[in-house]
Amino acid sequence: MDLKWNEFIITGDPLILGAQISILLGSIAVVAALTYFKKWTWLWKEWLTSVDHKKLGIMYILSALLMLFRGGIDGLMIRTQLAKPGMEFLDPQHYNEVFSTHGVIMILFMAMPFLIGLINYIVPLQIGARDVAFPYLNNLSFWTFFVGMALFNISFIIGGSPDAGWTAYTPLATNEFSPGPGQNYYLLAIQIAGIGTLMTGINFFVTILKMRTKGMTLMKMSMFTWTTLITMLIIIFAFPVLTVALALQTFDRLFGSVIFTLQGDGNPMLWVNLFWVWGHPEVYIVILPAFGIFSEIISTFARKQLFAYKAMVVSIVTISVLSFLVWVHHFFTMGNSAEANSFFSITTMAISIPTGVKIFNWLFTMYRGRISFTTPMLWALAFIPNFVIGGVTGVMLAMAAADYQYHNTYFLVSHFHYVLISGTVFACFAGLIYWYPKMFGHKLNEKIGKWAFWIFIIGFNVCFFPQYFLGLDGMPRRISTYTEADGWTGLNFISTIGAFMMGLAFLIFVVNIVYSWRFSPREKTGDAWGLGRNLEWATSSSIPPHYNFAVLPEVTGLDPYWDMKEKGLDQQKNVDYKPIHMPNNAATPIIMSVIMGAAAFGLVFHWYWIGIVGGIGIFITMIARSFDYNDGYYVSVEEIKETEAKANK
Amino acid sequence: MLKKLKPLSLLLFLALPLMLAGCSTPEVLDPKGPVASQQSDLIILSIIFMLTIVAVVFVLLTIILVKYRERKDHDKYSPELHGSMLLETIWTIIPIIIVVILAIPTVRTIYNLEEAPEAKTAEAANEDPLVIEATSINWKWVFTYPEEDIETVNYLHIPIHRPVEFKLTSADNMAALWIPSLGGQKYAMSGMQTTLFLQADEAGEYNGRNANFTGEGFNEQRFVVYAEEEEDYGQWVEEVQDSAPELTQYEYDELLIPGVYEEGTAEFNGTHLQWIDHSKDAEYTLEAWERLGYEPKNPHAKDKSQNILPEDEIPYYQQDNTVDYSDENMDHENMGNEEHASHE
Repeated sequence: MDLKWNEFIITGDPLILGAQISILLGSIAVVAALTYFKKWTWLWKEWLTSVDHKKLGIMYILSALLMLFRGGIDGLMIRTQLAKPGMEFLDPQHYNEVFSTHGVIMILFMAMPFLIGLINYIVPLQIGARDVAFPYLNNLSFWTFFVGMALFNISFIIGGSPDAGWTAYTPLATNEFSPGPGQNYYLLAIQIAGIGTLMTGINFFVTILKMRTKGMTLMKMSMFTWTTLITMLIIIFAFPVLTVALALQTFDRLFGSVIFTLQGDGNPMLWVNLFWVWGHPEVYIVILPAFGIFSEIISTFARKQLFAYKAMVVSIVTISVLSFLVWVHHFFTMGNSAEANSFFSITTMAISIPTGVKIFNWLFTMYRGRISFTTPMLWALAFIPNFVIGGVTGVMLAMAAADYQYHNTYFLVSHFHYVLISGTVFACFAGLIYWYPKMFGHKLNEKIGKWAFWIFIIGFNVCFFPQYFLGLDGMPRRISTYTEADGWTGLNFISTIGAFMMGLAFLIFVVNIVYSWRFSPREKTGDAWGLGRNLEWATSSSIPPHYNFAVLPEVTGLDPYWDMKEKGLDQQKNVDYKPIHMPNNAATPIIMSVIMGAAAFGLVFHWYWIGIVGGIGIFITMIARSFDYNDGYYVSVEEIKETEAKANK
Repeated sequence: MLKKLKPLSLLLFLALPLMLAGCSTPEVLDPKGPVASQQSDLIILSIIFMLTIVAVVFVLLTIILVKYRERKDHDKYSPELHGSMLLETIWTIIPIIIVVILAIPTVRTIYNLEEAPEAKTAEAANEDPLVIEATSINWKWVFTYPEEDIETVNYLHIPIHRPVEFKLTSADNMAALWIPSLGGQKYAMSGMQTTLFLQADEAGEYNGRNANFTGEGFNEQRFVVYAEEEEDYGQWVEEVQDSAPELTQYEYDELLIPGVYEEGTAEFNGTHLQWIDHSKDAEYTLEAWERLGYEPKNPHAKDKSQNILPEDEIPYYQQDNTVDYSDENMDHENMGNEEHASHE
């Protein structure tokens, strides 16, 4: 690549300079703090090399919160630029980079890891297991995700960010129309993170199928576990498509192949198809676990079993099948035949049927219940009306003939924010607050939590509801500015106010974390809300011991922990303990991932020798791993006794 | 506790009329031709159904939250209730019925839009649709009237009450031609041709643009449609034929260099089809860049200047490069490209 040395670090933009300085100062502060408090060994042994699904879950969630901040700042920059006509806050190039990174980060580095974090922490507990099927792989998944995320995030200070949209349509994303390193970052960073996701998919699919505790048949699993199982199945089928598509585009950009290019009979439309063959199932990958979380919370705080459990399972399975049959609706306007558009219109609308069934089942879970309005419940309740608005506009978009008018407009932008925020983001907040005591031993403050909730909900609607009307009034997405004569000023300004309200709510949420860490009372039992229904609440202490269960619980029906409480059973008490086999920490995943990141960083700038050296390095770590004969250790009975005694005090 | 949901639903229902009152009818719901009005009808039909669904869910949710909220005497609490065949059947069948009701007009409209709108007058029925080839170039629109042998940049004139058959293609990135008042968009793609029928029934000026993101100047890729009476349109065509300058290949190739068209609009005698049909040759633009000395540059490069060669320094333009793009000729020459376009 013909890159001059003074173009390596991005300079000349005060916003980026500010970010560079704060990143530098932040890094120095972290390193200094770790050194001063002598925490390096602790960090390495307890966290970075840990294969404990709970710790990995927390690391996923922390990364996701960081990305929510980064992606949120991107969002606020977009809204600031659009607040008034003719704004010059961001130039078009900068604007294009910001909305491209906003999309990628929110979907791939925020929504997915947040949910995978919650899944990591909760699902093994819910199925009564001590860890996942492949703990080593789990650590590797996290590190490939983390390195991919880091690589993607440095793009805006080194070399320049991708600017072809999160969809990276060719030929726009080819070398001729997106010169520079930006798009290479996109391809390589997502590739690395994608490998991690695929491994997570395999890992949890096997975990759920093979590691359920005694008595837990498939139809006795919690709804969150069910949605996770199906999500992992979608990942296993969908992610290889992304891997291949990214690899092909990488070949085009780095090695001069002509797969998606204008030259040599390349076929740019093939990228669009491949992208959405992955991309649509991806939508369900981030929404199904959210459905699972809401199912748990609604049934917990309505104190009732989930209404129509079987129908819920059937709906998820139906949705997962349909999710692979609708990808063309992302480009009804490509000039497909009327037959094709009709087929994909109908399959898309058909998704609303199982989804509608689920909505009514949630409503009727609360029917004749005893609803307590805790903060996680509020998020779950807000999900229903907001998601329905997103859903019905989705049906409108599914009608191909009408879609020609909505496509590429703010109507679409509003629709997918309504489903992704009220579905996935609300679920992330709800799930995090709900399971927070399980992770950290104390609840988040309810009062502050409710403030954050209300400001977010109102801000969300103020931000996105006007955008439906902007879309119908002809405002296309991805424009960096508009004129007074377009007549979109008022609604855009309102929308921007809403965006900043959401930003404020996020700040309050962060304040709540700090406040609660200092002042919230510590939980004394495993069942923090007193209403727990599934096995994650059946642990002997608030934060489960590292082996989760001293004795694996036995299950006889749905909502097993609720059942145990009704019958007055405590399976963890007064039993003969046996030594527990647990996996060892692993250092190779982080080393391998960092080498992968370095190799990819070299390739971004066409420094092939770094790529080659890195490739060899990855191979060496793999060989090293294959000679690793250490297959775990036993937790002694004494240690279990001691831990359990402490927990049962 | 009821209070908790009130602001939300209030907000939504208040917002609707407020917004409708605040701005005039949104462009898409104020159709100026038969295509847009079919789409607008479909949209309004769907909005009615969707509002009904939203209302049902909101009312149900509110009732349930009020009635079954935690209180001192919870005599209505029935934890054993977890399914009802009747209810589940109802809310499976009703959405199916709604989907069917919406699918029928959708499919009908999809097929309708594939053909020119039906003529309303006998006079119009005799006329073939007006063919305009629209080519998207980073970041401008070139409109070619092959019959009239003229070409315009960033604006076009069309007669009213007569269907217009847009043949869309792109010189580079995938774009979408969209004139909200006249109807929905369709992609314009390099190396293939798509067809979009539109028609204006009311004289006026309508905004059109590229709706599909194509990079830095995307924002500016807009054009104006002047829909006018048949005779005014005829007069405009004649005027252009009489007074517009002849289009040269060098001039056209210069247009292919990514950039916003500084002059705003332009019109030419003769069309670029004598040298290139982008729907049959996707590489032409890149070849033109090379001839002119244009090089794509890193957006963060310190030096972004381009060194475009003048016409007289490029031998290519001193010769006759006219190509015959009539169909017969194309059949054996560009078989591969034809296949790409076959799905439309």
